Amino acid sequence: MAVTDTRWRYLAAGVALALVSALPGARNLFATVLPEDRADVMYHRYDGGGVEVDGPTLQVRKSIGESFSVSADYAVDSISSASVDVVSMASPYTEERTETGVSVDYLHNKTLMNLSLIKSDESDYLSETGSFSVSHDMFGDLTTVTLGYSVGNDDISRNGDEDFGETANRQNYRVSLTQVLTKDSIMGLNWETITDEGFLGSPYRSYRYLDPASEKGYSFLPESYPTTRTSNALALRLKYYLPYRAALSGEYRFFNDTWGITANNLEFAYTHPFREKWIFDIRYRYYTQDSADFYSDLFSRRQPFTYMARDKELSTFHSHTVGFGVSYEIKPDFWQFIDHGSFNLDFDYMRYSYDDFRDITEGGVAGEEPLYSYSANVIKAYFSVWY
Amino acid sequence: MIMKLPSPPLKALLCALAALMLGGCSIEPWVKPYERAHLADPIMSFDRNPVANGYRNHVYQIRESARGAEGGGGGGCGCN
Repeated sequence: MAVTDTRWRYLAAGVALALVSALPGARNLFATVLPEDRADVMYHRYDGGGVEVDGPTLQVRKSIGESFSVSADYAVDSISSASVDVVSMASPYTEERTETGVSVDYLHNKTLMNLSLIKSDESDYLSETGSFSVSHDMFGDLTTVTLGYSVGNDDISRNGDEDFGETANRQNYRVSLTQVLTKDSIMGLNWETITDEGFLGSPYRSYRYLDPASEKGYSFLPESYPTTRTSNALALRLKYYLPYRAALSGEYRFFNDTWGITANNLEFAYTHPFREKWIFDIRYRYYTQDSADFYSDLFSRRQPFTYMARDKELSTFHSHTVGFGVSYEIKPDFWQFIDHGSFNLDFDYMRYSYDDFRDITEGGVAGEEPLYSYSANVIKAYFSVWY
Repeated sequence: MIMKLPSPPLKALLCALAALMLGGCSIEPWVKPYERAHLADPIMSFDRNPVANGYRNHVYQIRESARGAEGGGGGGCGCN
């Protein structure tokens, strides 16, 4: 039933946009351009909740003629994890994730099409995703409509267990609208539906249940997840150019899924150029979500339901993020092929507080341990050049 | 196979989108090209630094259940 419903939604969205795109008045108004030629080299570091992740990211984009633009991406995450899940149920570990991607943009009759392929590879998780999107600028370039579709296939294994092998498939459907409202303001509206099918849990994590026979009062068993999930997200973004050269932006996103999770996030940002070469950014983000139907920190008995999970990402929690960024523009004369470049430094402080996930490493009576919370720092240092 | 109508939020979104576009066919652009200097300023871009934004979305996707409609970036990784 859910699948039939979902397919109908996509069909309706596709037909509506195809009809609109065919309207006579929509012609001769597009002015879509290829993305800028630029390259970015970034070092990123995440440190919080017992998890450290760092590594480089590289992206290069170049146009070929007047119709094509190609880009290539490469990123490495070196992960060292001693998170509360890992410490309570297993041993700390280290691993590496490598992500590679290629993308082609094609401009034809003022229509921009994009095809991209991304591969993400870990020792126990291989993910391959293909995406396609079409963009139109219309109505005197005041409106941009984009339709996008992605399909992904994941292969999941378990380190130390040769017999374990599962798969998951994922499809994303995106519709977005960018609208110029006034000469100083712009709006973005994004809708995305994602469907998953297959093994959607973790091969390592366990749920916790009350066990009078255990010394601690509880025991663990491997989690059990539903094999399908459909989620919907709707985001509204606004950006406003202030009376002096600076920009104010706001974002709100509503999310829900078939696992019973509802989430909301709100973000505000302020961008302030200083003299000719500096740009400062500050931002604040608030996120909140309700738990999944099959989540519990402590189940009442050994196997009370078909699906049971104790993943804190499925619990009820909220987070605050405060971020700061600075960018310094350069125009090097000695590299003639470079138009300009920028050095950038970005810092985010995040604080996550859980309402029904307890820190069992602290000990105490089962089900009455202190609620878990943690903070994290995220640093991004990168260099961008345009040519 | 029984086909159901789209859910109310999606119906509303599609209607709004279609109405906006239909209305636009007869409307002169209310912001003229020569009035778009502020909009063309890089500080007005929703995705001024795509690589950094992509990583920021990735960090959130791993730690939160909500996903999608980020407006760029992101990738297919199930790493928890």
